[in-house]
Amino acid sequence: MSLIIEARGIVRSFGQTPALRGATVEVAKGEILAVMGPSGSGKSTLLHCLAGILTPDEGEVWFDGKRLDALRESERSALRRDRFGFVFQFGQLVPELTAEENVALPLLLSGTRRAPALREARTWFARLGLDGLEGRRSGELSGGQAQRVALARGLVAGPDVLFADEPTGSLDSVTGEHVMNLLTASAREQGTTVILVTHEARVAAYADREVIVRDGKVSTLTGVAPAAGLTQ
Amino acid sequence: MTLLGLLEREPSHGYDLKRDYDTYFGRGKPLPYGQVYATLGRLARDGKAIAGPAEHGEGPDRKRYAITEAGIADVEDWLRTPAAPEPHLQTVLFAKVVLALMLDRPASQYLDLQRAAHLGRMRELTELKQHGNLVDTLLADHGLYHLEADLRWMDHTAARLDSLKQAVRQ
Repeated sequence: MSLIIEARGIVRSFGQTPALRGATVEVAKGEILAVMGPSGSGKSTLLHCLAGILTPDEGEVWFDGKRLDALRESERSALRRDRFGFVFQFGQLVPELTAEENVALPLLLSGTRRAPALREARTWFARLGLDGLEGRRSGELSGGQAQRVALARGLVAGPDVLFADEPTGSLDSVTGEHVMNLLTASAREQGTTVILVTHEARVAAYADREVIVRDGKVSTLTGVAPAAGLTQ
Repeated sequence: MTLLGLLEREPSHGYDLKRDYDTYFGRGKPLPYGQVYATLGRLARDGKAIAGPAEHGEGPDRKRYAITEAGIADVEDWLRTPAAPEPHLQTVLFAKVVLALMLDRPASQYLDLQRAAHLGRMRELTELKQHGNLVDTLLADHGLYHLEADLRWMDHTAARLDSLKQAVRQ
């Protein structure tokens, strides 16, 4: 198993409030990992540390052989732009841009010229069942459509890792299922590693494996084969 | 298995076991005496419990039963082994959590193991949905929603283990 991300003993506090108290987790290349846990357990903070959005107070974060937390902010920013993709609970599309411009954004920011960036962006509309919505702005999209546009934006640059924080949290169950099917199928097709924060077991069931964040630490579930029958 | 677990607390008469079973697990369906003594007899026959000498007094059976090492190992094994993730597990899951707390065993670890087994089954059903027809999908959904309900109960219970422990160890 080749690791793409590894966090060792991460401690992170906000003021006097500790969010992570020595979290350790390993993520294999191409794996879809669900990070579960109750509200306030530190799972989003862990995601932000793994993605280099936050730096830990203590501990180490490694990405593809590089010590992420020791990089300068500009280097981390470049890494986030070029190697990572993001999907959040509320699509967080740029309202002034059309849907296709939103999808093309990561390519434009990485220096791709406008015409090829938009051309690549448009290929995602058919793949995600968004045909005909290319010119709409976020206010003209339903929640499910906006989240699929956000997913396309997260994957358009072919990132090594997609970080998804409650990507179906604002959707009804059928739409959420549709988004999860597309997310996992697209990620597997591209070989993208996915780190998926969710508190919903039905969403976590799309992942290859799950870890639980509890009181700022990561507990790996160690399953054993279920008993053949029920005994009382 | 619940009776054997209750017996691990201390050597007990059948009457005490029935009373505690009815209090914690009976929920309006008291255990018949006959079933209690039949179970104790079977446990003694199988070497999971030993019966003390008959005591003088009223009532049908005044023997005090004690759990054996083999019985303790059985209880531990039962607690550690996740039940097959199926709908309507409330009674088994509830009994495991309450007994683990009574016996000062790591209830949260047992819940984690059960959670892993449930999520494993949910992964199988999700996989089935992705390759099945609509009927398969809807059947899988039925299972998924029930398993999800169990998991929510487990999370809710895991968050309240300390107060539950106080309640059952009074």
